[in-house]
Amino acid sequence: MTEPAAIAVTDLGKRYGTVTAVASLSFELASGRVLGLLGGNGAGKTTTLAMLMGLLLPTTGSIRVLGEDLLRHRYRVLPRINFSSPYVDLPHRLTVYQNLRVYAGLYGVRDARARIAELAHDLDLAGLLDRPYGRLSAGQKTRASLAKALINRPQLLLLDEPTASLDPDTADRLRTYLRDYQKASGAGVVLASHNMLEVERLCHEVIMLRHGRIFDRGAPADLVDKYGRETLEEVFLDMARGRSQL
Amino acid sequence: MSAGAAASLRRIGAMIERYFYLLKGSWPRVIELAYWPTMQIVLWGFLSEYLVHHSSYLAQASGVLLAAALLWDVMFRGQLGVSVVFFEELYSRNLGHLFASPLRAYELAGALFTISLLRTLVGSGMAALCAYWFYHFPIWEMGVMLAALFMNLIVMGWSIGLVVAGLVLRYGLGAENLAWAAIFAIAPLSGIYYPISILPPALQVVAHALPAAYVFTAMRALMFHHVILYQSLWKAAAINLAYLGLGLLVFLRTFRDARVHGRLLNLGE
Repeated sequence: MTEPAAIAVTDLGKRYGTVTAVASLSFELASGRVLGLLGGNGAGKTTTLAMLMGLLLPTTGSIRVLGEDLLRHRYRVLPRINFSSPYVDLPHRLTVYQNLRVYAGLYGVRDARARIAELAHDLDLAGLLDRPYGRLSAGQKTRASLAKALINRPQLLLLDEPTASLDPDTADRLRTYLRDYQKASGAGVVLASHNMLEVERLCHEVIMLRHGRIFDRGAPADLVDKYGRETLEEVFLDMARGRSQL
Repeated sequence: MSAGAAASLRRIGAMIERYFYLLKGSWPRVIELAYWPTMQIVLWGFLSEYLVHHSSYLAQASGVLLAAALLWDVMFRGQLGVSVVFFEELYSRNLGHLFASPLRAYELAGALFTISLLRTLVGSGMAALCAYWFYHFPIWEMGVMLAALFMNLIVMGWSIGLVVAGLVLRYGLGAENLAWAAIFAIAPLSGIYYPISILPPALQVVAHALPAAYVFTAMRALMFHHVILYQSLWKAAAINLAYLGLGLLVFLRTFRDARVHGRLLNLGE
């Protein structure tokens, strides 16, 4: 039996009154693949991620996640996915350990203590476990949030700017860790990012969003070739500034 | 117990654990649990001491004002235990993480009820001890009746707390003052310190729709006449059940609306 797609989205749309945030979005992500969502501010990346988690109800379309209809069976899906975003905090007064402990309970993680120790080691959080989340630097918060996102060993990981606020060394190590996790677990990953190098390095495929619609899609290298540019960043700038010939 | 029910209890337990961690790291929150109920009892205690020698009404049952103040505080704490603890998630901009996890909205409500019960037991328990130490008023001598009065009032507090939480989910933290305002709006109609028969007829009709009015009527009947008004207590319980259902409905509905309008990711300070 073939494994169901990590995500299968058909004709997804979200309108707020007369404003269209996302329109006619259709794509599929196979398990074990990494999909990048690219686009300027307001392009619809975060809206799309929120709909993939069920935090936001779409106006049109359907979403299947790990073989389940998300809109009908959200709670069959949620224990198997997770997300991280610099725009959603964890409780500031709780320590990193306490936060992870609470989320381990919510996700039903067996042997939470061992899992937290493992993540603390992998994400270099061991020295921060007893520190309140609110007293962490922006980069440390990003790592703690990522630990929360990995606490349940998700089969689908949704990441909104996962390396925002990280120094280049930590960001690089984190990317390596994410790639290794994705390969070892076979998880699907959706990555919304403004960091084009990160997208080129991690993503098998990229969807470029503009004004809530798919502008183009393809493998990063193919997109660079298609637009006759040197880097994905140049392609992105062409799209954002409306200079594309396509 | 089915696997689903066990998982549900585990998630409620995780949310209770989250609140205990919050208390553990914040001594002002711990002090606040007992501070206001205790101060209220000290104030009402002195007033009772004075009035008992100047009022034939109070001389019949010297503890009636203290009992009313203690029980009123149960409803107030019960409501705050739901709404203010819910606000903690908004203050920390944590709703997105919570509702992207397998936590159901009704499980969060269950956790809020449990936390509210524990907070109220601590706060009101401390105030009851003060009433005994300072004014020799042992409210626990009401026995099983006390449990019936307590449960009716805390459940009414939960219903109001859920509606307030729902309104804040709908209108944002700008509506948070409702947490304090809502319960005081119904206080004059609840007959806490006086029988509702003194209210104008139109307001008496409204008062009869409030479980608290039956509870305080039953409390006075017990203290003045040593009579248990079972019918009043059952009426209060029945109305409470309806209001709790309504409160849950409002909370779940506003939660769904928040998913439609994208508020779960954006709500916060």
